[in-house]
Amino acid sequence: MKPEDRIKRRDKIRNFSIIAHIDHGKSTLADRILEKTSALTQREMQDQMLDAMDLERERGITIKLNAVQLNYKSQDGETYIFHLIDTPGHVDFAYEVSRSLAACEGALLIVDAAQGIEAQTLANVYLALDNELEILPIINKIDLPSAEPDRVRQEVEDVIGLPGEDCIPASAKNGIGIDDILEAVVAKVPAPTGDPEAPLKAMIFDSIYDPYRGVIVYIRIMEGTVKPGQKIKMMANNKEFEVQEIGVFTPKPLAQEELTVGDVGFMIAGIKNVGESQVGDTVTHAHKPTAEAMPGYRRLNPMVFCGLYPVDASDYNDLRDALEKLELNDSALQFEAETSQALGFGFRCGFLGLLHMEIIQERIEREFDIDLITTAPSVIYEVTKTDGSSIEISNPSDMPDAQSVDYVREPYVKAEVMVPNDYVGAVMELCQRKRGDYVDMKYLDANRVNIIYEIPLSEIVYDFFDTLKSNTKGYASFDYEIIGYKESNLVKMDILLNGESIDALSIIVHRDSAYDRGKIIAEKLKKLIPRQQFEVPVQASIGQKIVARSTIKAMRKNVLAKCYGGDISRKRKLLEKQKAGKKRMKSVGNVDVPQEAFMSVLSMDEDN
Amino acid sequence: MRKSLYVHVPFCEQICHYCDFNKFFLKNQPVDEYVEAAVEEMKKTAAAFPQHEFIETIYIGGGTPTSLSSTQLKHLLEAIPNNFTLADTTEWTVEVNPGSADKEKFEMIKQAGVNRLSIGAQTFDPDLLQKINRDHKPAQVEETIRLAQDAGIDNLSIDLMFGLPGQTMEQWKDTLSQAAALPIKHISAYSLKIEPKTVFYQMLNKGTLKLPEQELEAEMYEYMLQFLREEGFQAYEISNFARNREESLHNLTYWDNNEYYGIGAGAHSYMDGVRRRNHGPLPKYLKAIAEDKLPYLEENPVSRKEMMEEEMFMGLRKRLGVSKKKFENRYDQTIDQAFPGIITGLKQQGLLEETDYYIYLTETGLLLGNEVFEQFLAG
Repeated sequence: MKPEDRIKRRDKIRNFSIIAHIDHGKSTLADRILEKTSALTQREMQDQMLDAMDLERERGITIKLNAVQLNYKSQDGETYIFHLIDTPGHVDFAYEVSRSLAACEGALLIVDAAQGIEAQTLANVYLALDNELEILPIINKIDLPSAEPDRVRQEVEDVIGLPGEDCIPASAKNGIGIDDILEAVVAKVPAPTGDPEAPLKAMIFDSIYDPYRGVIVYIRIMEGTVKPGQKIKMMANNKEFEVQEIGVFTPKPLAQEELTVGDVGFMIAGIKNVGESQVGDTVTHAHKPTAEAMPGYRRLNPMVFCGLYPVDASDYNDLRDALEKLELNDSALQFEAETSQALGFGFRCGFLGLLHMEIIQERIEREFDIDLITTAPSVIYEVTKTDGSSIEISNPSDMPDAQSVDYVREPYVKAEVMVPNDYVGAVMELCQRKRGDYVDMKYLDANRVNIIYEIPLSEIVYDFFDTLKSNTKGYASFDYEIIGYKESNLVKMDILLNGESIDALSIIVHRDSAYDRGKIIAEKLKKLIPRQQFEVPVQASIGQKIVARSTIKAMRKNVLAKCYGGDISRKRKLLEKQKAGKKRMKSVGNVDVPQEAFMSVLSMDEDN
Repeated sequence: MRKSLYVHVPFCEQICHYCDFNKFFLKNQPVDEYVEAAVEEMKKTAAAFPQHEFIETIYIGGGTPTSLSSTQLKHLLEAIPNNFTLADTTEWTVEVNPGSADKEKFEMIKQAGVNRLSIGAQTFDPDLLQKINRDHKPAQVEETIRLAQDAGIDNLSIDLMFGLPGQTMEQWKDTLSQAAALPIKHISAYSLKIEPKTVFYQMLNKGTLKLPEQELEAEMYEYMLQFLREEGFQAYEISNFARNREESLHNLTYWDNNEYYGIGAGAHSYMDGVRRRNHGPLPKYLKAIAEDKLPYLEENPVSRKEMMEEEMFMGLRKRLGVSKKKFENRYDQTIDQAFPGIITGLKQQGLLEETDYYIYLTETGLLLGNEVFEQFLAG
């Protein structure tokens, strides 16, 4: 392409993302835009086109990002090149969101016409503002009976500070307002700037591993031009590769001769694993590098850790293979081998958050067909010992003896909960119970409140969000960011089954709540662990001291009475089911323990 | 060895809250057509699977066989000797609900050749009867027994249930005393098991059904063992008790892992090494027969391995246990060879015992039968 053509092309490009709270209609709007720009024939059109993975579709969330190139013929007669970059919709993936926003000049902000602004909406708006994006507010679902577009318009003005009259009323589901949205993209989203003839500066906003092609890197060209055959360099790790293929998604991958300023597409360069092409890193030419990398890059550090063990010890190697394969595609996943007295050989794995953990766990069970025991998630604790040395532990059973511990620090988050007025009490009570420190409370309008607490990360990794939702009838929305470490009065609590301490059940708790937690856990395990042929005492201890106990009574009766009119097959099936059920349990010190028991130690509720 | 015949009558005038057998409200059902179809199935079955031995046990179960009119029931009963060759001493049982048959019906039944009745008493507590949605009163059990005896049928069995919602130990003791005082020769006593597709199942899921603790259920069972022993009933199977060795020969067919014919909607059969299940819904069953087909929904050939497993998990239900000799004769290997290590392990756990001739459950093993049985299953 000639330099002046590159400039011409650049000026016709519009790069944007869609940001929204979960369920506010992001995927549906993306579908409508794809339809309108005829990127897909009707036949190819599947609902929620951008969410490709099965898991994403089932959970209704976007995990991996996507970027599509669309051609849009505007009412001004010109054809524009749109790049629509999809973003993950969960707080675990906030960093990825920020990087994909950095690849854009604009963002469509969807707000539900009935529910208004939610915590995640606001968090995403801040990310968009940080990246200096032009924000186009859209009030979606205006055709719902409960829609209050005027109230939401006012909220957008009051809370976000965007002019209310700029809000585009729409219903993605029923195709209302889509043309207005596309025209607004042309008119308001700025075209990219940057010199196509400058040294290459391209930002990686995602990368996926393909078993045939190696890593496929998703890039946005900020400056310069890239072509196949060129030597490139990753600026964070200085690794060099040769570009084999570049292209765009339409949404099908389509090879191109070059990618230049403003382009959003893919690059294949013989990269072996995604760890070599970190999200947020800058790609440049090996021989004529750009002076400065894109700002904002950081290495992703796992925040939540748990042990993953195969139920069947002979699956250990398969589990390692599975983790290695997943790691190729997921630079945030970390794992290392560990051994538990109770569970045998397994891995301590690090995740961005609980959702990330659940996804990995589910993929291992589903795609690799390995039954897993997952230990309760833990954060990284900083333990300073009496001898002045300090260690980091991500496995509660590694906690040194109380006598040798001087103090322990744990990660805290700043949690923002947005909730209608009526539920302020419920939210504050929950936050206090989770050892939160009150920071601030702001009224967004007469009815909605933004409550800010600092809460230990360990308290929110398990069931905070679920409890929050149920305590507020689903009205609360929640977002958090890590703010650093604080000292806490923490102790290790061990759980004993049949007199034997089970390392995989150990947890770290605050001293003040140790008795209550011990009691809840002992009762919970009593309910979860089925009766065995002998009585099993369950005890919670801190050091040598037993703080709570319960007893799983011995099995007294388990025998089929009925003859089922000669239905022997049915009897067989019942027995087979019983046998299979036991196989899915882990035999720990002679006691058959079901998988869910290992997670239950984090449960705070006496019932459910 | 196929010497048994089961015939299913899937109609009831009232549906019990615990029942998950194939059954339908009698009202508005094509009962005449059904009886005709069952007779037709007998004819076809006898032709397709010729007898090699006399039929020695017959069981007419349900549902409620006596919910048929005398004419219908007569037609069904008479078709049996018309299609199968019976032994002189055939044990021929019909299930009866208390109050569901009058003098005339019993006389007809007797006339047809029936010589044993299994009466669904379940409990003698009127409130519990109502709770499980039985449509009889306690006193009707005795009444039914008198009518049967008057008609000349004196090989009588009753069914009892324990572990019912809200049932106390006292209620159970009372039911057992009343049962033992009756002129009966046999008791089948089942603990309530909640099965899917029953009213109780729904209630359990909604949390409106309160079942006795496992401890109480076990105590009820243990009390029954002791009480019935004192009353002269011998426990010859986990849930079955007989006076004077008047055991249910038909049920022993199942526990001895022998074959049997099965006639009627939803009936099960075991013929020439294949276990089969008939279509349950009436339209499907009737349609198959109308199309001149055998009404099979499922056919599962039993592998040799499965046969040995079944020999164990069915046979161990008997107090006598599994005959080592018979096993060896049938399968050309010892039980230990077929299931290496299993017997030793279960003996160490105190669940099994063995003599030179038999392997059988201990008293503890009786209550934990399923823990034993599963050990013999592959996988």
